[in-house]
This record gives sequence, structure tokens and C-alpha cells, in this order.
Amino acid sequence: MANTTVIHVGSAAGFSGDRTDAAGPVVDALIQTGGPACLIFETLAERTLALAQLARLQDPDGGFEPMLDELVRPVLARCLAHRIPIVSNFGAANPLGAGRRIQAIARSLGLREPRVAVVHGDDVAHRAADTLMSADLAAQLAGRAVISANAYIGAQPIADALRAGADVVVTGRVADPSLVLGPALAHHGWALDDWDRIAGATMAGHLLECGAQVTGGYYADPGVKDVPDLARVGYPIAAIAQDGSCTVFKPEGTGGRVDGHTVKEQLLYEVHDPRAYLTPDVVADITEARVEQVGRDRVRLSGVRGHGRPDTLKVNVCFESGWLAEGEISYAGVRAEQRARLAAEVLTQRLNGLGPLRIDLIGVASVLADDQGRWLQHTDPGSATDVRLRVATRHADKAMAQRLMREVTALYTCGPAGGGGVRTALRPTLGTASCPMDRALVPTGFRLLDEGDGA
Amino acid sequence: MSAAQGRSQASSHRSPQGEGTPVSPPVLTVPLWRAAHGRTGDKGNRSNISVIAWSEALYPLIVAQITAERVAAHFRHRQPSQVVRHLLPQLHAMNFVLDDVLDGGVNDALNLDSHGKALSFHLLELELEVPAHLVSQLHGPSG
Repeated sequence: MANTTVIHVGSAAGFSGDRTDAAGPVVDALIQTGGPACLIFETLAERTLALAQLARLQDPDGGFEPMLDELVRPVLARCLAHRIPIVSNFGAANPLGAGRRIQAIARSLGLREPRVAVVHGDDVAHRAADTLMSADLAAQLAGRAVISANAYIGAQPIADALRAGADVVVTGRVADPSLVLGPALAHHGWALDDWDRIAGATMAGHLLECGAQVTGGYYADPGVKDVPDLARVGYPIAAIAQDGSCTVFKPEGTGGRVDGHTVKEQLLYEVHDPRAYLTPDVVADITEARVEQVGRDRVRLSGVRGHGRPDTLKVNVCFESGWLAEGEISYAGVRAEQRARLAAEVLTQRLNGLGPLRIDLIGVASVLADDQGRWLQHTDPGSATDVRLRVATRHADKAMAQRLMREVTALYTCGPAGGGGVRTALRPTLGTASCPMDRALVPTGFRLLDEGDGA
Repeated sequence: MSAAQGRSQASSHRSPQGEGTPVSPPVLTVPLWRAAHGRTGDKGNRSNISVIAWSEALYPLIVAQITAERVAAHFRHRQPSQVVRHLLPQLHAMNFVLDDVLDGGVNDALNLDSHGKALSFHLLELELEVPAHLVSQLHGPSG
């Protein structure tokens, strides 16, 4: 007899760019549980949505997760056959387009027509001119062109769509943990103000939202924090109980590890005040939470408390902000560091007045340093013999940003001796600003696509 | 630079050799990573860095010595406008929140690591004094 007192939610992607072969073992494990289950893909970082919006301007049928086919195609048949709904924010700037694409994938595989629900309400760009545009936000934007404005909406429309029988729920911007809370709400039928349970499932979602980051990914430090078979790390599954507690594990036969330490690292990831982790659904408090190993690669999270959800939703606004130019050149052998430092001095003089100039001596001081160069100034010149100089700037004007690239390239003949391996890159930059928005101004819901929608 | 203490009582650095202790226990100085691990998260221009003790026995030591003031000083080249330390005794963990340390954050920073992902390893280089009876709890190579 299958255990229906819990719902199993598996996570098969933690960001846009995650592996596309993670879902298979997760779906196999979900089928094996024999009980109610759901599969999520989280593919929408802060800036991903703005990039998707830009893509949609180029192609009105685009603007959703570019790897959608690769993510869904390998598991769609098994998910439909075993009634495992797929819930994902891979709709990005075009959830309807993503929903239609999934209908098309099902047809091309000869599967039954999936019931696809598309969640709406997060896109608030049309309000940018009125309610959204507070004085504070206007100051942050400083007149630059808005690309996207989306509210982080909660789990309710996802839960409603699942209760209506959706096989696939496609969203745009939702709070990441809401992808997991939605199925838990639909299964357990909790009241929307059952704060402790909602907080528990929200933190289950927080553990799952970054994929392998809870199962040994992003954890290994050889000799100190060893992770078995990292190349085949398994993605997480949470068994969410009626009381809101959960047990996290990974599919049998996969690499990685799930223990109290991997779970605590992810539990605190991107948390500020542990008494008040804010989502659209609840304010979660993890100060009394318990993390216990309950089996090999199985960890239980319990004791999460919840308080009433915020009155406002967080809105992220993305805008065009100019250009980032980078250039690199290597120096090796005797006095390499001195030659790299001289090259940096040459660039500083040549680009004086252009704008902020970031200087890294890769191999001496780079990522821990700061854009103002304080760290580098306090690093005594040493005798490193394999150094890569990297410089970067940003500028509102493309041609000005490109000056940096030309100056780095010119080091071939005008710079210190022996410089080689110049690489330069230029890309447009996006700025983001955020503001709160009264949730009454952000009506949300879902729509089940008709079979004709896929035509 | 201000180093706010936040909700938690950010204790000042205190040697295990307290006054009135008749016999001073031998003390070993180790990098924090031997006693704890952590991960960095970012939102906008704000970084959070968790510090999770390898064992319950090491936790009070870490709380006593790894204060918001020491973390603020350790990151002074990033000029944090505020460092707040939150304690999670049930998890044997602390969470440091450092404001304005990401050179503007992922959209504006010129750093290769604009998320500040590497910052946890910088924090874990802070020194910790460990009394002899807790040395067996430490992780990793002593070299």
C-alpha cells in the first residue's frame, strides 16, 4: 500500500543552466515510492527573466527556458504514465509559449494530451508607469529603459492548478520555494493560514530549489568535506509530511551525500534573519528547526515555525544598464608578476578617465579583491611566475567600453615583454531594482490550455 | 565602519585562559575551517555567510570568538556598511549578514566572482583558539 500521508517532491534543476540529465533518476525514485509525487524544475534566477524578455522581443514565440525540450522530453512519458505532475517556472517571460511547447513535445512523443496549466499574474510591467513607479524606484532606474517587471508570486495558483488536475504547471516568476509548497498544499489541503505547516514545506522548498546544492553539490572540499562520486551527484527528493516536516534524500545509486552538514549549508543559503525568511506565502522562522540524520543519505527537517505572510510582494525590475568590457593577458616565467603589474599601470594610464577600472592579477589577487583595488594595493609585490592580468570596466556607451579591449590587445606590441594569450569580451549589462507592491494589485490565477492551444 | 551586533550578543574575543583559572590549559590556534564550514549566499549588494560547527562541542568556542566585529575587520577591504551575526544554537550555526560588500552586486560588480561565492572561504581563514580537550573534534589536515 502506497504511503499517502506524505507527498514526495523531486527537484531536477536548480537554475537555468543546470544539468539536463538529472531528472531521470529522480523520476525513477518518485515512481518507486508508489505514492503521490511531483517533479519540479527551478530555472529562473534574478536576471534570467530579463534575458528571456529580451529573447521574446526577438521571437514572440520564445522567451521561455531555452533548454525546455532537453529538460522535459526525457521524463514526460513516465511522468504522465505515473501521474507525477511537473511544476516549473520555466515559463519565464512566456509561460503560455512554454505550455504550448510541452503540448507539442507530448504530441511528438505520441503521448496522451497533457493537461497543461499556465499560471499568470507575475508580470507587472504594464504597471511600471503608475502604481509600481514609486519615487524610490524611479531614482534607482534613473530614466533607463525597463525590460521586465515581475512580482514574486506564491504557491496558491500552483496548488489550485494541481487540484484542477493539471499534469504540468508552467509559471513565470514565483518564489522558488513556492514550486514545492504548491504541491504540498494541494496534497495536504492545509489552510492558507496554517503558518507552521506552510513554513515547513516552504523550507523543504528552500532545500530543493537549488537542486544538488543539498545533496553534496557545491559542498566538496577535498580532505575536509569529501563527497563520493561527485560527477554523478543525485538530485534531491523531499518527503513532505502532514505536519509540514520533511525528509530529504537522493535517488539510490547516485553520487553525492545528504547529511546534517549538507542540509544546514543549504538551509542557511541566502537567508538573512533566520527568524524571518520572507516568501509570498509565509514568514518562516528556522531558529528552532531541527536537522537530524535518520538514515544513510536521509535527513529530516522539523520544527520550522511560521508567521503571517507579508502584505506586499517583492517586485524585481530589470533595466538596460550599459556594457561590460573585459580583457586578459598572461605573463609567465621570471618576474612575471612585476611585468603584469607594469601592464596594469600602463592600462591605468591609457584608460584614465574612462570609468571604473577593475584590475585582477589572477594567481596573485583576484576574486577576493575589491573593485576599488584596496586589496591589491595592500598585497606586497611578490614573485609569482604565472600570472594572468584581467581588467574590466563598464560604460553606458558601447564604443567607450570597447576602448578597454583595444588597449589590452595593444599590450601585445606596446606592453611589457612576453605577454600572451589576450582574450577580450563585451556584453550588455542588466540592472535590477526591487520594490514592494501591495498584493491586492497582483491578482494571480491559472488557465488550463485547450487541446487547440498547441496547434 | 560600523559593526552592528544585531539581535545576537556578539561577544568579544575572550581567551579560554580566563582569570582565576588555576592551570591554563594548552591552546592550539587553528583556522576556522578546521572547526566549522560555511556557504555564501547573495541578494543584491548583500552577502550572507553561514558558519556551521563541525560538532556541538565546538560551537560555544566559535560563538565566543568569531564575532561580528572580527568578521567586519576581516572584510574591511570590502567596506561593509553593517555586519550582523545571527545565532542558531539548535543547528550549532551562525549566519553573518554583510551589507554593501559586493561592489554593487551581481549586476554592477566588475569582479569575476560578482556573487561573492568565494567569500565563505575568506571568512573560514579567521583564527580560532582551541583548548586541548577539543582538538580531537577538529576536521581536516593539521598541516
